[in-house]
Order: sequence, then C-alpha cells, then structure tokens
Amino acid sequence: MGLLQINNLHVNFPTKAGVVRASDGVSLEIKQGESLALVGESGCGKTIVALSIMRLLPEDARISGEIRFEGKNLLSLGKEEIREIRGREIAMIFEQPATCLNPVFTVGDQISEAVRVHNNCSRKESKERAIELMEMVGIPSPQKRCGQYPHEFSGGMQQRVMIAIALALSPSLLIADEPTTSLDVTIQAQIMELLKDLIAKFKTSLFLITHNLGVAAEMCDNVAVMYAGEIVERGRLSEVFEYPRHPYTKALLGAISNDGLRPIKGSVPELTRLPNGCRFHPRCPQAENVCRKVRPEMRFKVRCHLWD
Amino acid sequence: MESVAVERAISALIKVSPYAIEVFERLRENRLAVVGLAIVLSLTLVAILAPFIAPHDPIEQNLGLRLLSPSWQYLLGTDALGRCIMSRLIYGTRVSLQIGVMVVGITALLGTLLGLIAGYVGGVVDEGIMRIVDVFLAFPGLILALVIAGLLGPGLFNIMLALSVIGWTGYARVVRGCVLSAKERGFVEATRALGGSNLYIMFRHVLPEALSPVIVMATLGMGGVILSTAALSFLGLGAQPPMPEWGSMLSGGRAFMRTAPHLTIFPGLAIMVTILSLNFLGDGLRDALDPRQKRKLEI
Amino acid sequence: MLTYIIRRIGVMVFILLGVSVITFSMMHFVPGDPAEVIAIERYGEEVTAETIEHVRRELGLDQPVYIQYFRWLTNVLQGDLGYSARTDRPVLDEILTRLPATIQLALAGMLVSLIIAIPVGIISATKQYSIVDNVSMFGALLGVSMPNFWLGLLLILLFSVHLGWLPVFGRGGIEHLILPAITLGTGMAAITTRLMRSSMLEVLMQNYIRTARAKGLTEKLVIGKHALKNAVIPVVTIVGLQFAHLLEGAVIVETIFAWPGIGRLMVGSIFARDFAVVQGCVLFFALIFVLSNLIVDISYAYLDPRIRYARRRV
Repeated sequence: MGLLQINNLHVNFPTKAGVVRASDGVSLEIKQGESLALVGESGCGKTIVALSIMRLLPEDARISGEIRFEGKNLLSLGKEEIREIRGREIAMIFEQPATCLNPVFTVGDQISEAVRVHNNCSRKESKERAIELMEMVGIPSPQKRCGQYPHEFSGGMQQRVMIAIALALSPSLLIADEPTTSLDVTIQAQIMELLKDLIAKFKTSLFLITHNLGVAAEMCDNVAVMYAGEIVERGRLSEVFEYPRHPYTKALLGAISNDGLRPIKGSVPELTRLPNGCRFHPRCPQAENVCRKVRPEMRFKVRCHLWD
Repeated sequence: MESVAVERAISALIKVSPYAIEVFERLRENRLAVVGLAIVLSLTLVAILAPFIAPHDPIEQNLGLRLLSPSWQYLLGTDALGRCIMSRLIYGTRVSLQIGVMVVGITALLGTLLGLIAGYVGGVVDEGIMRIVDVFLAFPGLILALVIAGLLGPGLFNIMLALSVIGWTGYARVVRGCVLSAKERGFVEATRALGGSNLYIMFRHVLPEALSPVIVMATLGMGGVILSTAALSFLGLGAQPPMPEWGSMLSGGRAFMRTAPHLTIFPGLAIMVTILSLNFLGDGLRDALDPRQKRKLEI
Repeated sequence: MLTYIIRRIGVMVFILLGVSVITFSMMHFVPGDPAEVIAIERYGEEVTAETIEHVRRELGLDQPVYIQYFRWLTNVLQGDLGYSARTDRPVLDEILTRLPATIQLALAGMLVSLIIAIPVGIISATKQYSIVDNVSMFGALLGVSMPNFWLGLLLILLFSVHLGWLPVFGRGGIEHLILPAITLGTGMAAITTRLMRSSMLEVLMQNYIRTARAKGLTEKLVIGKHALKNAVIPVVTIVGLQFAHLLEGAVIVETIFAWPGIGRLMVGSIFARDFAVVQGCVLFFALIFVLSNLIVDISYAYLDPRIRYARRRV
C-alpha cells in the first residue's frame, strides 16, 4: 500500500514567453516507511513536484492529475483540509535555511508555533516541547538558544532548526528539497546523518529531492530520475545506480565517476521550448531518428526508445 | 549647405518618431493615463476657449444674486458677490494652467541646462551647482515659496517667481545623473574621439537620454505647481481679488461654509480633478517611457 | 561607516551655512528700505528721516553686508534670533512655546496615516489586482491629489458644521486634534499605503512565508503574524523618517484649524511683516529638514551597506 502516489501530474505556468511545463505527466510512488530520491539537474521541475504535494505552488500554477496520500486526493482538498495535513502529516524542509526562517521571531517561537498549530496545548507546554526538539536535532544549550534569532545561528544549525520544526508533530512523510545544498561539505554529512537517524526514529518516510547522487545513494531505497519535466527512469536505487538504463541516468552517473568530472554536454532545455521526440535527444550520444520524432513512453520503468 | 541641415533634421525626426509612436502606443494601453490625457486636453481647451464657454462674466458683481445655490441659470451657483461660480472656475483654469506651464517651463529649462552643465563640465562647476541644489533642497519647498512670496508681497507674479526659485533643483539633479551615466558608458568619449564638438555631444547624445525623466517630472511637477499656487492663494498670498483663482475662491468661500457650502466644494473639486489627471498622465508616461523600470516607490 | 557619517555631517554643516546665507539675504529682498520698514513698525507711520537713520545705525544696517551677516550669524549661533516686532518677545521663545503643538499635530498625522495605510496596504497586497486592490490604489492616487486645505474644509463642513461632533478651531482635548490630524495624515496615508502594499508583496514572496504555510499555519497567522511584522518594519521606519515632510503640510493645516503651532506663527508673521519671526521659523524648519535628511541617509546606509556616500552624488 503506497503512502503517497502521484499519478500523471501536470503543472503548467502561463507566462509571456509561453507555457512553462514544469511537470509533464509525472508519476511516482512512496511506500510506507520507504524513502524515495528524486534526482536530476537544477531546473528540471523537481521542486515543483514537491510543492505540488504540499499545495504550496503560486496561484497562477495550473495543476492536473492526482496526488493520493493515505487514500485522499490532495489536489481536490479544500484549503482548510490541506492545511490540516501540512505540518502534521506531511512536513517539508528546504534549501537555504537562512531564508526559510522568519528573521523577526525567535527560533524557539518558530518551533513551538509548529507544535501548537495542530495541538491544543499551552504556550508553556509547546515551549518545553520545542526545547526537547532542539536537543533532539543536536542544538547545544537549547534552553538559551531558543530565545535567539535565526541570524545568530550558523547555516547548519538553521537547518537543524528547520528539521525540528518539520518533525515537531512526527509526520508520516518528510519532503526534503535539497536540504544540504547550500551548506559546507562537512556540515552536509552531519545533517544527512541526523536526518537518517531521525526518520528511522520517527518511522517517517522520506521524499528527498537532490541533484547530488551521492546524497541520494546514502539516504534512499528508491530513486526516480527527472529530466525536463518528466521522469525518465525509476526503480530500486541500488539497481538503477548499478545498471543505469536511460542514457541520461548514465550521463548523470558518469559525471561523478571516479575518473574525474565529465559534465553532460549541452544544457537542460527551457521548459517553454521543449524539443520534439525524446526530450534528451539533443544531448544524447545514442540518439536515433525515432528519438527525434516520437516521444517515448514509460515502459519497464524507463522512458527510452533504445529499451523498447 | 542648407539642404544638408534639412536632411539631418529629417533623419533625426525619422529616428525619433518611431520611438514616440511606440511610447504613445504603450500609453494608450494604460486606461488611467488615457483618462488623464483626455482631462488635461479638455482643461486646456476650456482655458483657451474660456470667453466663449463661460455663461457669465467672471468678475461682474450682482449683489442682488448673492450666494445662490446651483440652478439652471447658475449651474454651480453664485458667490458672496453674486458672481457666477461656473464662469469663475472656467476662467480659473486659465490662471492655473498658465502658471503651471510657465513655472514648469522655466524650472525645467533652467534645471536641465544647469544639470547638463554640471554633469558635462564636472569639477568645480559641478561641485558649485550641486552644492547650491543641496542648499535649496534643505528647505521644505512650500515653506520657502511661502516666505519668498510673503516677503515680495502678494500677487501671482511673485508666486511664480517663488515657485520657480524652488522648482529647478529636481530637474538639475536628474539631468546631471543622466549625463554622468552617459559618460560612464563611455560613448561621450567615443564621440569626442571621432571629433564631435562639445555642444554637439551634449545636444545630440546626452540630452535625449535625459528627456524621458524630465518629461515625467514636468508632468507630475505641473500638478505640484498648480497645487502650490492654489495653496498660496488660499493663504492669501497669490491671486488678489477680483481675479478668479481656484485657491482664493476656496478661501473666499470659507466664511459661508454654513449657508453656502458649494462655494467651498466646487473650487476644490476643480483643483483635485486637475491634479489627479496630471498624476494619471505622469504615472502613465513614466511606465510608457521606460517599460523596464517598474513603478518605483515614491516617498 | 564612520567616515561616511563624518563626511555627511561635514556636508550638512556646509548646507546649513548656505541655508543661513539664503535666510539672511531674504530680508534684503523685501521691497523698500529695511531700516525704514523697521522704524515704521516701531514708531508708526510718521517717522522722520533722523529716526530712520538712528534705527539704521542701531541695527548696524549701515555696515557692509558681510559684516551684518557675520554679526547676525554669531547671534543665531548663540540662540539669539532677535525679537518679535509684534510681541517684543525673543523669537526663540515664540518658536519654542509653539513647538509642542506642532510636534503633537505631526505625530498625530503620522499615526493617522499608519492606521489607514497598514490595513489597506495588507488587503491590497494579499488580493493583488482584485477589485479591492484597484479601488484602494485609486483611492491612494485620490489622496495624493487632494489639496489638504480643501480636505480640511470638507471635514469641517461634515463633522463640525453639519454633524456638530467636533470643534472647528484651536487646541484643547483630543477632540480638537482629530480633524487636523486626519487632514494632515491623509496625503501621507496615500503614499504610505502604496509603500505598505509593495512591502507586503515583497515579503509574501519570501521563503519564510512558504515555511509558515508548510507548517500548516492558518492564512490569518501567516499574514497577520509572519508577513505583517516583516512588512511593517520598513514602512514604519520610512514614515518616521518622513516626519520633517509633515511639517510642510502642518503650515496649512495649522492655519485652517487655528492650531497654535509654528506653521501658523510663520504665516501670521508673514502677514504682519514680522520679519525676525519669519526668519526664525524658516531657519527652524530648514534645520529640522536637514537633520532628518541626515538621519535618513545614515540609517539607510546602515540598513543597506551597499548605499555609500557615492550614491548620493550620482
């Protein structure tokens, strides 16, 4: 039984330059207690998928498809119903924690607010719980630090605060959108370690969005590879990384292989002007005629003509 | 020789006109700006045609018909001396627009010229002009105008003088800024290297750059001048009786607010509509002249 | 930062010197012989040539202009602004006794502008491009375009003449303050509303608002707590720094409502041709203006380190 099931998700933004097709028929599944990594280069639409789940997209976004969470279609819920789910059942942490914390409220206030929002508890109780959470995410002397403002924290500590906020109500799904991208390498490892421990402790499923394949391999059981608004390959992470089938997955893995960096030639197409046929064909070394004309379907968990 | 000059003028016009058309097209898309333009044009017509439109003599007193409420004969009623308010407002358009055009003309010209000189010549001249600007900007504008007009004695001419004295500084600052940015981008040097004379460079390359902000400032500034004129006249420093001026009409109506509120309401309405339409037009022009620069905060 | 402040203060001293020169020379633009004018003020219309000469010598008006200026400046720096021709009291006293009334009015006007601007700005921003937004932005343009002397009269007409709720003139209890404060605050409210709207729009795009929503906070809390505080801080700062600009409007508002402040003192003195007082008032207003501009510049440079001395000069 899937905890979260995304079926044929389309997200479009009408702009003056044309319609941005940020998500074009994305389907994904996360099972209870499992974790999924969504990988791909920046600008391929990963974050849009995540924000669609939380229904946090800008108002001009046109969304269609289905996002089933514990049986409910999140896309058809009313504003109040989705609000009840946010924070309590699905929580999210983001890139650049420094901009995600409100600069004019204390850290303790921002954590205890998350505790209070779906619980009828007193300010005192929620504050005690906030201090517990801060201790749990490894912030030293939480009694003192809960009265401080976000700018008094380092980047790593800020992300710990965000994690504390996210896990305040032990949600069943945590969405982490590039949680370590803006942090120092050493801090990255610490945060990943912490996240791994905590999702095990809370029995929370993780939906990790990252462009860093190493991080994905470290954290997740399953993987989905996204390119230009569509999923091109998915499966068990160990299998996909060991035997990549889609040329894009191969190229991504090749880019970080041991014999030095080999960046993928060309660049991600603009989402307003997607190429015909397979979207990867302009950069694909194995592209054939059919790749230029016919858009491949997802078959056997890969979207590529070469595997037909 | 002459034909060369004519040719040049024509080619310059051809260069400018597509831009002007483009600006006008963009202006037309802005509904408020179109409304503003329409009102400003109508007011101009009213001012020019005042003697033909006004139903009565604006100055002729008729003590038998004092403080009449609006009626078919006197559409907006009569004032304390039995004069037709409608006619006085119509003639008042003349006064306000004349002062507006003259003061804006003088200050824009003077300010642009000084700004050009300051920015182009630089050095001590620039320093001197800009420090004078700083000193003038140290006074709250209306207060300085009030004192100057007060010291010189009441009268429209003195008000024009006072408003001109305080008005030029903004233009000088903006134009100087444009000149400096043109200099920074180096094409002044380039033209000079090609042998262009100083004057040629100034008028051919730098001035057109500065024209857009000056036009916007002048449009909005016109509203400011009309408002200040009315304010000073309201305080009794501007137009003297029996001249029909909006501000002094308002001030004259104060004493009869209880019995004849229309004396207070209509002149104020005329002032507001005029300034509102100039603001619409000015905002629209700003957006049309520089579509990239979104409406910035004015404080 | 410190060098910036020192340089700005240096510039300010220069500007104040310029201000003093202009204020001083203003008196020389008065049509007629100043000695004669003052003599007439003192001794009535029928003064003899001797009396005029006596006054001229007594006031040092026979000296060269620059000596007169330096003597005047020395006095001003010592707080001696001369004496009022109307009341014979020191000009400085005249100004200082009226200062509280003017400050009270300006503060009340500021308060009015914030009370109007903050809620309207929030609603406009959260419902961008809606009818409510369009109506309030049109209202803001209306507010900017409305002559404050007219607004004042309309308010008197409605609330004092027709409804009889509020007094028309003078200073007294809070009921005296309401109409002048609204008159003064409305123009500013119009500008502040636009400011509040754009500040709010800016804040609503920030990541921490997304975080607040992701927590599952109600929209009321997201806007009323997380967005509001961030959006209001710059607006209140800017409004506070615009204090000096309110004084300009205060001159007219004080005259309409017979509010016993410095603005009314100045207008009255102009008509009474009490030049020493006029001079004093102008100096006072300019000083407040220059000081507040200095504070604005320094605080902006403090808030945004990219703004440096250079920016002002370009």
